[in-house]
Amino acid sequence: MVSDMRTVFAETASALLDEDPLTAVVLAEISTDMFAKAMARHPERVLNVGIREQLMVSVGGGLALAGMRPIVHTYAPFLVERAFEQVKLDLAHQGAHAVLASIGASYDAAPSGRTHQAPEDVALVDSVPGFSVLVPGHPDEVRALLRGAMGTLEAGSAYLRMSTVSNREALPVWPGLQVVRSGRRAVVVAVGPMLSPVLDGLSDLDVTVAYATTVRPFDAEGLRALEASSGAVVLVEPYLAGTSAFAVSSALASRPHRLLSLGVQRGELRRYGTPADHAAWQGLDAAGIRRSVTRFLGLA
Amino acid sequence: MRSYAELPRLMTMMTGDEKHGPSATSTLDVLWVLYDQVLRVSPATVDDPGRDRFLLSKGHGPAAYYAVLAAKEFFPEAWLAEFGSASSPLGYHPDRSLVPGVEIASGSLGHGLPLGVGMAHGLLARGFGSPRVYVLVGDAELDEGSNNEAIVYAGAVGLPNLTVVAVDNRSSSYGWGPGGIEAHFAVGGWQVTRVSGRDHAALAAAFSAGPFSAGPFSAGPFSAGPSSAGPRLVVATVEGKG
Repeated sequence: MVSDMRTVFAETASALLDEDPLTAVVLAEISTDMFAKAMARHPERVLNVGIREQLMVSVGGGLALAGMRPIVHTYAPFLVERAFEQVKLDLAHQGAHAVLASIGASYDAAPSGRTHQAPEDVALVDSVPGFSVLVPGHPDEVRALLRGAMGTLEAGSAYLRMSTVSNREALPVWPGLQVVRSGRRAVVVAVGPMLSPVLDGLSDLDVTVAYATTVRPFDAEGLRALEASSGAVVLVEPYLAGTSAFAVSSALASRPHRLLSLGVQRGELRRYGTPADHAAWQGLDAAGIRRSVTRFLGLA
Repeated sequence: MRSYAELPRLMTMMTGDEKHGPSATSTLDVLWVLYDQVLRVSPATVDDPGRDRFLLSKGHGPAAYYAVLAAKEFFPEAWLAEFGSASSPLGYHPDRSLVPGVEIASGSLGHGLPLGVGMAHGLLARGFGSPRVYVLVGDAELDEGSNNEAIVYAGAVGLPNLTVVAVDNRSSSYGWGPGGIEAHFAVGGWQVTRVSGRDHAALAAAFSAGPFSAGPFSAGPFSAGPSSAGPRLVVATVEGKG
């Protein structure tokens, strides 16, 4: 049976707690049931601060300053937006490193409405120096990404962005762009759970599809190596459209190129429904991606 | 090592003022007593994982802090003369990455106490029973809601190795009511005391008193009962900001 990303995350974090006495987990009520056993085994290192997200992030910073290796976890809008100054100051500015692990990506919580949605999360985290950004596209990719982030924590913090939306199959986790298909008319970069709709929507187009789970640092060298002779690049991100546009522009600054940035649009829909509904409204389902890309390439 | 009597001269190196008003020196005696009598940290142990931690949460007006650190030789006295200049590590708010002995970078209010809660947890988790975490806050700084999150939580879990010193110069616009700052901590399970922020003996006694427990969380972290030492608050009263 395939687990969801949150379950794999909790299992992996619990294993890390068992293996490494410096690993700590900080929670703000969310997911405490999934950490009940770990909390019983390691009460001094699995901390639930209650519904206090500012404190949650600051405690992560304080733990790191005391030499611990914290994982800080809750819903994306509360982790990144509500406690943003804590992320900026109590982690980055202090030089304190932690893994911020969110659930509730973009419109995962479609029926819950705007208060539970933060498609701006990666753009915000990206404005803080020193964070890598990891976007698994499948539950089976969470384990390696979390372990990798904890293994490189000395070098910097990481934002692990989990979703209930996932690709049909997992790919081996790799820090650079992975070529899934090769073609000539464009390079399409599919981030995390965007891979399946990209492959479905562009199945008959002559384009390269490259998969990214690590979007920061962005694999500029890998993109340059793949760049189509046409100079056409399509970025398909499951969060705010254009979040990685500057990374692509920087990577290709010395070459003529065209860029189409697909992702979640600015503005509020004020509609509920399901994540699939929102993917369609945002043009991020297979049909919508096909529509945008064929227009961009002059095929429609 | 320099004496308390030399602190005004050190502060003048930064400010150029011959006389310092009460607000500039509101933290001076508290800082001196901590570094002179209480904190187990020295220039030789600034990286020792078992050192006591002092967190200046109220990063505004750090002249007194820098003066005390220079007096205790955490960095050369000559640095003070360049305070705030392009080549100086000493800014108007302290940066831990630039100044030896500075535990946190502060300036934006309401960050030191929540960081101190995490630090206290981390020291206990690492098995360091004895290092203590001291956080200096201003009374107006407690307006920031992030402090309230930390006050309620630290009291509830009974963090035994955390002490807050609130320097009270009554600068909060709305104040803390008849019970004072300490009422808000006491209701959350903190041990509280109020002393004169100018009385060195009283400050030293307040910082050193109390059944600080070297045994972390003997009652379990989430079941701090009456036997738990719990966190402590020392309110240090100084002259009003005026």
